[in-house]
Amino acid sequence: MAIAIPDTTAGGTTAEDRRAWLRRVTIPVLVVLLLVAIAASSTIGATEVSVSGALNAIGDALGLETGATLRDRVILFDIRLPRTVMGMLVGSGLALSGAMMQGLFRNPLADPGLIGISAGAALAAVTSIVLIGGAGLSVVAWLGPHLLPVSAFLGSLVVTVALYGVATRAGRTSVATMLLAGIAFAALAMALTGLIVFHSNDTELRDFTFWNMGSLGGATWVRIAGMLPFFLITLFAIPFIGNGLNALLLGEAEAYHLGFSPQRLKRWIVVLTAASTGAAVAGAGVIGFVGIVVPHVLRLVLGADNRLLLPASALLGATLLIFADILSRLIVAPAELPIGIITAVIGAPVFISILLRRRSVIDI
Amino acid sequence: MIAATDISFSIGRARILDDVSLEAPPGNVTVLIGPNGAGKSTALKCLTGEIRPGSGTVLFHGRPLDSFSAEDLALRRAVLPQASALSFPFTVSEVVELGLRAGRRRPSERRIVCEALDLVGMGGFSGRLYQTLSGGEQQRVHLARVLTQVWEPVTADGPRYLFLDEPTSSLDIRHQIDVLEIATDFARRGGGVVVVLHDLELAASYADRLIVLQRGRVVAAGDDAHAIVAPDLLRSVYGLNEAMIAKRWPAMAQAR
Repeated sequence: MAIAIPDTTAGGTTAEDRRAWLRRVTIPVLVVLLLVAIAASSTIGATEVSVSGALNAIGDALGLETGATLRDRVILFDIRLPRTVMGMLVGSGLALSGAMMQGLFRNPLADPGLIGISAGAALAAVTSIVLIGGAGLSVVAWLGPHLLPVSAFLGSLVVTVALYGVATRAGRTSVATMLLAGIAFAALAMALTGLIVFHSNDTELRDFTFWNMGSLGGATWVRIAGMLPFFLITLFAIPFIGNGLNALLLGEAEAYHLGFSPQRLKRWIVVLTAASTGAAVAGAGVIGFVGIVVPHVLRLVLGADNRLLLPASALLGATLLIFADILSRLIVAPAELPIGIITAVIGAPVFISILLRRRSVIDI
Repeated sequence: MIAATDISFSIGRARILDDVSLEAPPGNVTVLIGPNGAGKSTALKCLTGEIRPGSGTVLFHGRPLDSFSAEDLALRRAVLPQASALSFPFTVSEVVELGLRAGRRRPSERRIVCEALDLVGMGGFSGRLYQTLSGGEQQRVHLARVLTQVWEPVTADGPRYLFLDEPTSSLDIRHQIDVLEIATDFARRGGGVVVVLHDLELAASYADRLIVLQRGRVVAAGDDAHAIVAPDLLRSVYGLNEAMIAKRWPAMAQAR
C-alpha cells in the first residue's frame, strides 16, 4: 500500500529562497536608505537649505560655477555635513560593537550602552580632560584631537575585559551576571562622570547631558578626524571576523574544532568593540540602544550570519542615527533634544520585546 | 594514526585520566565505553586537541598534536560534541556550511552540504531555523556539519578523523543505527573514527576496536568487542549483579 509522505522539502526551500533573496537585496537597499538619510540631514534643520541650494553648494565646492550663496555653503559644509558624517560614524560604530559584543557573549541582549562599556568610555574621556587637560601636559598637544578617542577607547577596553572576566567562568558566560554586573558598572561610571563634571570649571565639560544622553551637536571636522582611525580599524576588520564570529556562536570548543583560535578571536573582538564604542562616545557622548536595535532587526530579516550582519549593521546603524538626529533637531526646534532620548524611545521597547519573546536567553 | 601514550589529566585534585594509553588506527571504528565519570569525554578532548593532557603525549600522523595549528587540525579531523547551544537564528544549511568553510571548501562545492544533510536524513530541512528543530534533529544537523568538514575520508595529507562524543544520545534506534553506519562507512573508506558510546550492544556491534575506561584508566581493550562486553565486564566495571544481568540480557545469562 502506498502511503503519501508529506513533502517537507517544498516549505523548506521556499523559506530558504526568500532569505537568499533578502540577503541579496539588503546591502543595496541599506545603501540607498543611507543616501536618503544623508540628503535629508543636509537639508533639514533650524535654518532651511533647499535641495537645489545644497546641490549648488556641493557643485561650488567641486569648482563649478553654480552661484551658491555663502550662507548655504557655510551651513552645509561647516554645520550639516560634519554633523551628518559624525552621525554615520557613531551610528555604525555603535551598531557594529553591539553585533560583535552579542557574538562574544553569545547573547542578543549585549549592548555597549546597556552594560556599561559606553559609560566607562565617558568616564575615561571626562577624566582625561580634567587630569591631563587641566595639568596642561604636552601629551595633549601631541595627541590633539585623538586625546578623547584614545582615552575613551582605553575606558571601554577596561570595562569590557572586566565584564568578561566577571561573567565568564571556565568558558561559559553567564548572561545574568553580565547584564547585572554591566548595569552596576554603568551606574558607577556615570556617577563618577557626574561627580567630575559637576566639579569642573571647564565649560566644555560642564554639559553632563552630553555625556549622559549624547548629542551630535558638537561635530566638527577636527573631531571627526580624531575619531576616524578607530572607526576605520573596525570597518577594515569586518571581512576578517565574520566567519570566526559565526563559529564562536556555537561555543569556544566548536570554534576551535572548526579551525579558529578562540582566544585570539576573542581578543580581537574585545579590542575592536572597545575601539568603535570609545570613538563613538568621544564623538557624541553615551547613546544607548543603537547596538541592540540594529543587529536585532537585521537578524529578524537576514538571520544570524555575521558575514552579512556586520556590514549591514554598520549601514543601518549609520542610517538610524542620522534619522534620530534629524528628529532630535525637529521635535523641539529651534532647541535640540539629546539624541539618546530618541534612541531610548525606539530601543527600550525592542529590548523588552526580545526579553518577552526569548526568556530563555537569560538563563539565571 | 592517532595515539595517546600515558596521558593524565587532573582538575584540581581530581584525577580524570590516569596514565591512559590508547590508539585509533585509520580504517577502524574505535569505540570508548565506560560508566559515567570514567573519563571518556576527557580522553576524547585530549585526542582532539581541545584540552592538553597534564602529562603524556598525543601523536597525530606521527607528529605531536600541539604542533598542529587550529586551522591545520580543522582540515584533518572534525569533532561532534555532546551538545551545542546556539541562541541565534541560523538556518540548518548555514550551520552545516560552517563545516564547509572549516574544510576550506570553495562555495561551488556547496552540493556537499546537501549530500551531508541527505545522508543524516535531514535533506528537506535545509531552510528551517535550527532553533525550531527537536534535540535529535539538531544533533543530526551537527553530524552533517562535521561530515561536511572532512567529506573525503582520505586526502593527500593522509586519513582524516571523525571524533563523535555520544552521537546517539538523543536519537531513536533507527537514527542511532544510521549514525553508526555512516561512521562505519567513513572508516571503511580509509578514515579514522573515534566514538564515545553508552549503549553496550551498539558498541559491541559496531566497534572494530573497543576500549573500556573506568575511573580514568583503561581496564580492557581489544578487537573482539563481543568478547569484552560480557558479564564479567558488567559486574566489575558497571557494578551490575546477576539478577540485573539476567533481567536485562536473558540470552547472555543463559549462555553461561
